[in-house]
Amino acid sequence: MGKDTKIIAVIDYGAGNIGSVVNALVNLGHRPTVTGSASAILNADAVFLPGVGAAADTMKSLSAAGIDECVKKLVDLKKPLFAICVGLQVLLDATEEGGEYKCLGIIPGRVCMLPAGLKIPHMGWNQVKQIHAHPIFTGIPDNTNFYFVHSYYARPMDRSVIAGTTEYGLEFCSMIINDNLFATQFHPEKSGEPGLRMYSNFLKYSLL
Amino acid sequence: MLTKRIIPCLDVTGGRVVKGTSFTNLRDAGDPVEQAAFYYGEGADELVFLDIGATPEGRETMVHVVENVAKQVFVPLCVGGGLRTIEDMRRMLKAGADKVSINTAAVQNPGLLREGAAIFGRQCMVLAVDARRLTNDSTAAWEVCTHGGRKPTGIDVLKWIEKAVDLGAGEILLTSWDADGHRSGYDNELNRAVSELVTVPVIASGGAGTLEHLYQALSLGKADAVLAASIFHYREFSIRQTKEYLAAKGIPVRLQ
Repeated sequence: MGKDTKIIAVIDYGAGNIGSVVNALVNLGHRPTVTGSASAILNADAVFLPGVGAAADTMKSLSAAGIDECVKKLVDLKKPLFAICVGLQVLLDATEEGGEYKCLGIIPGRVCMLPAGLKIPHMGWNQVKQIHAHPIFTGIPDNTNFYFVHSYYARPMDRSVIAGTTEYGLEFCSMIINDNLFATQFHPEKSGEPGLRMYSNFLKYSLL
Repeated sequence: MLTKRIIPCLDVTGGRVVKGTSFTNLRDAGDPVEQAAFYYGEGADELVFLDIGATPEGRETMVHVVENVAKQVFVPLCVGGGLRTIEDMRRMLKAGADKVSINTAAVQNPGLLREGAAIFGRQCMVLAVDARRLTNDSTAAWEVCTHGGRKPTGIDVLKWIEKAVDLGAGEILLTSWDADGHRSGYDNELNRAVSELVTVPVIASGGAGTLEHLYQALSLGKADAVLAASIFHYREFSIRQTKEYLAAKGIPVRLQ
């Protein structure tokens, strides 16, 4: 099937840097649909949930746009979903950013602040250790550098969902895979060729 | 381990990349979109664009430059120069910038940092500081200059940076006014003082002439990233060569 027959949606909830995710997908030869409509999102074959900024604000924006339930539904339906940065963080039960804020509760666990003593935010290129072999890593060597910018990190209770880890004061979960749900703390769309490769692998895997 | 970032800087005016000495004597150094794509291919960790003309027309040109660069360059982009309002910042971020840097506007209206951080997130807000050395003894002090380095303000650099980080600056782009363009090394006393003062990352800028200078800024100066213009623009050193040099000296860099 041609690329154009499959629908790739990038969720637009009035926040997050959707432009760079769209640019990356266009560069890979796709024509993503940018949408905030729950029905359009549920109708897509693969979905991207971008995120940047604070998790609490992101949750508020998602709820206000009525997309929180839609994201849960995508996961229930096992629709291919790729969540980025704060998009990963909101998948957990709650974040301690800005006090205590309830998140989507798709992945049991919490989002905590990075330990003091190092520069915060964790900003720049750092290695991702691949915990599981998975087609998403095709052509991406173990310990490849990806671009990070965040002050909080996810602590999933079920360690089997941790697909990648990164060292910054502690070894934290930098990537989650659970069935057709993929989530990265780093920004593949800002991580040069390996980042583009990861999106391309995700779409190949999802759109078969 | 977090790697140290190597950041080519593109000073842009009238849609062209230029290079000068202590903010003056500008020479043409190419097309910004082509230059950006070239550095991306060479392995630059991030790119900084500074609109040194800072005119309304220049800003318009810069929006288009950023839009075109963001379509083909997949590393973080920071844009600064003449951004005065939240709306200016929003336009650059919408065009594809990941961060905006502000200098004069922040000095005149520090609340802009707080407001920008609340709207776009702290990680978007880069405080650019042009620091002019006041003394040369052990009680080193620097003063903040605005308007592209032309206007000394009498404000103490360290006090200003501390305040700016409190307000919402997520990163410091620190340029030594004295060293900039002279290619005789960064002001590492300045870099170190600022790096030790704040918890946000510091980009050292101004004075790179050799690869040893970059090494010194990252080791002695304790900077998290180094920014350089002329040594890259005139192809004296490639980004790859720079990183191999630093790696051999034990500095963690991204090489693949």
